[in-house]
Amino acid sequence: METIQTDVAIIGAGGAGLRAAIALAEADPQLRIALISKVYPMRSHTCAAEGGAAGVIKPDDSLDHHFNDTVGGGDWLCDQDAVEYLVREAPKELIQLEHWGCPWSREPNGAVAVRPFGGMKKQRTWFAADKSGFHILHTLFQTSLRFPSIQRFDEYYATDLIVDDGRCQGCTAIEMRSGQMRQFQARAVIVAGGGAGRMFPFTTNGAIKTGDGMALAYRAGVPLKDMEFVQYHPTGLPNTGTLLTEACRGEGGILLNKNGRRFLQDYGMGPETPVGKPQLKTMELGPRDRVSQAFWHEQKKGNMLPTKWGDCMLLDMRHLGEKTINERLPLVRDMATSYLGVDPVTDPVPVRPVVHYMMGGIDTDIRAATPLAGLFAAGECACVSINGANRLGSNSLTEILVFGRRAGLSAAEYVRSGARPGNDAALAAKATAAQARIRSLFEKTGGKESIAGLRKEMMTTMEENAGIYRSRDGLSEACKKLGELRHRYAEVELTDKTNVYNTDLLQALELGSMLDCAEAVTASALARTESRGAHQRLDFVERDDTKFLRHSLAHFHSSDPPRIDYRDVVITKSQPGVRDYSGDHE
Amino acid sequence: MFELEVLRYNPENDSEPHFQRYSVSCEEEWVVLDALNRVKETIDPTLSYRWSCHMAVCGSCGMMINGEPKLACKSFLRDYGGVIRVEPLVHFPIERDLVTVIDDFMAKLARVKPYLIPKQEKPVSEGEYRQTPAELKKFKQYTLCINCMLCYAACPEYGLIPKFIGPAAIALAHRYNQDSRDGGRDARQEEIAATEGVWECSFTGACSEVCPEHVDPAGALQQVKIKSTVDWYKEHLMPWVKK
Repeated sequence: METIQTDVAIIGAGGAGLRAAIALAEADPQLRIALISKVYPMRSHTCAAEGGAAGVIKPDDSLDHHFNDTVGGGDWLCDQDAVEYLVREAPKELIQLEHWGCPWSREPNGAVAVRPFGGMKKQRTWFAADKSGFHILHTLFQTSLRFPSIQRFDEYYATDLIVDDGRCQGCTAIEMRSGQMRQFQARAVIVAGGGAGRMFPFTTNGAIKTGDGMALAYRAGVPLKDMEFVQYHPTGLPNTGTLLTEACRGEGGILLNKNGRRFLQDYGMGPETPVGKPQLKTMELGPRDRVSQAFWHEQKKGNMLPTKWGDCMLLDMRHLGEKTINERLPLVRDMATSYLGVDPVTDPVPVRPVVHYMMGGIDTDIRAATPLAGLFAAGECACVSINGANRLGSNSLTEILVFGRRAGLSAAEYVRSGARPGNDAALAAKATAAQARIRSLFEKTGGKESIAGLRKEMMTTMEENAGIYRSRDGLSEACKKLGELRHRYAEVELTDKTNVYNTDLLQALELGSMLDCAEAVTASALARTESRGAHQRLDFVERDDTKFLRHSLAHFHSSDPPRIDYRDVVITKSQPGVRDYSGDHE
Repeated sequence: MFELEVLRYNPENDSEPHFQRYSVSCEEEWVVLDALNRVKETIDPTLSYRWSCHMAVCGSCGMMINGEPKLACKSFLRDYGGVIRVEPLVHFPIERDLVTVIDDFMAKLARVKPYLIPKQEKPVSEGEYRQTPAELKKFKQYTLCINCMLCYAACPEYGLIPKFIGPAAIALAHRYNQDSRDGGRDARQEEIAATEGVWECSFTGACSEVCPEHVDPAGALQQVKIKSTVDWYKEHLMPWVKK
């Protein structure tokens, strides 16, 4: 097997991976950086983020405001030292991106413009129309081309981390073009593999978001933290799940039930505010968990509009007018018009909550380090945790920058601290074992299970039992089912046994990642007998700070369900309080 | 039922590409990509193609649909009658089925120095560069390229002269040249004003016609040509005038 020697291997070339690569290249041009991704960098799902990135920049705002919004928005499950770091670094990172050419939208005087976003008390979301993630990704990718030390391995699928002597020393990856396995021998590894929304059938997430990065670390013994917290974005197109950004409401769009009532006022987010004059942190600018939960209750009451794709609420943007919609929300107009045949300029758009983001992920600390020496993680695949039980919109684009950079700097420090040279023979043996595991997929005959069949069963299980509201019965059922699916996964036989760009193999491996992540989600959700943020239990409706002001940690087991244990939340200055999104709070 | 005729090629088994016919049941509002996914899930797991976002922003799923370069996620079945023919983007080597080799494009993108080369360096602590909405508008359109390469498949020159640096890469260079914060035009000019740069373009405008993001690379190419011509005159006929 060909071995590639490098100093730092980065798995994933979206926003976090690219930011880490640039930080490493700037920190030490002598470091060899291998940027490994299963897709070309500009295909990474960062490109689909629409609304923007939060960072304090305007004079009426403060770091404390951003901190308080984030910690309260996360229902006090955030680690507050990490949030302090995030809000402090955010403006610098967003300015840095501006210096690299990001086409942020501007005010008439040439300063960067900001827009209101859900759960944020001040306007602090930097945006580039409604393609903010796209522009961030392309700015980072194009900037990365300046650095000769960043060597890209595009369309390489990482299969295993190589752990020896108690530390991570590289990975194995399949070059899609040839089907050949490569060993990357690295002094440090950064995982930046993105989320896992594809565990669910109805999601804003692209096809590539299958939890591969999370599963890599999880199988290598690193716990997955707070996996039960899955964010539903309130406004997805009902047929395709395509995201209509929260900026629709930031710009003044309103949500109606089938009777034309702005129903959020009936769920602690009122009183009603004037149409077209959005007020921060209330009504349509409430946080995503609360808005999605209000939808669920209205649906139970029969107040939603039945459509062929399920019950919907209406997102009404007509009063914004064609000019504002074209300037501020061009993608939204294009998506709604072409995929649903509804033009937001002339009609309210039917939407429903859709799986969007994993608050949980690989256990990392404020330095983006995992408990496994030599392994770092950043972005959606990691849980540092700044999002707690519910992420505020526009904090995650900031997170990939702040903690992507941090992961790069920490890895550089770690490499400089002079880890002992690896045992080449031991590492090669581990790589060979990883290769053998993949080869066995090709050699298997008489398998009874299909990839598409198992995937569908997994998705149905997750949608029915791990959605906006959950219960012991449903979650127990899901845990049992996922255990069964993991066993049946061993019976998958590939239809395609050739080498070049084998997407049958790719989908089999992705399914394996998703099954492991899904089991961590349901097991953590079953064990958390309280309701907090995006994790709502019908049988335990209150938040329980005595027992659960703690992070869940799911530990992998190859054949049994994960073991769950807990770690206290880091509190620096904000004691748990009441999340108040009524317009009366000041 | 919809009929798809899909180009298949597996270098390990096939001496040359061939077509395979699939009949697949689809919803009326589906796109071609949905139909391909249905084929892969229910009929033929060996069919290979790239896709991810399903919202025309990741640029993965460019392919020839009934002979035209299109994004499969933005090509609606309702707009086609009869058999829909799906092939990999032309002008690129086929890696496998609908997957093309895009090394050439990736190398060209890097060659035009597609990053900000600031007029004057400024530390982050001094805040953002000022840029008015009017200044932003001068280049904003060219930032919207998703690198889907439909313009390369549409470009007759790229088909004839593979060395031609091509529409998207030149539009991207132009994007930075037009940015009020940038001072790197001279550094980029070497690549894009070379013979295989803008001068190969015969201005058929096909690139702009197929662009799913309305980037108008043809417009960028024309502007670069004009500016390069002015440069030439300044350099050769009026050396006393500074560029």
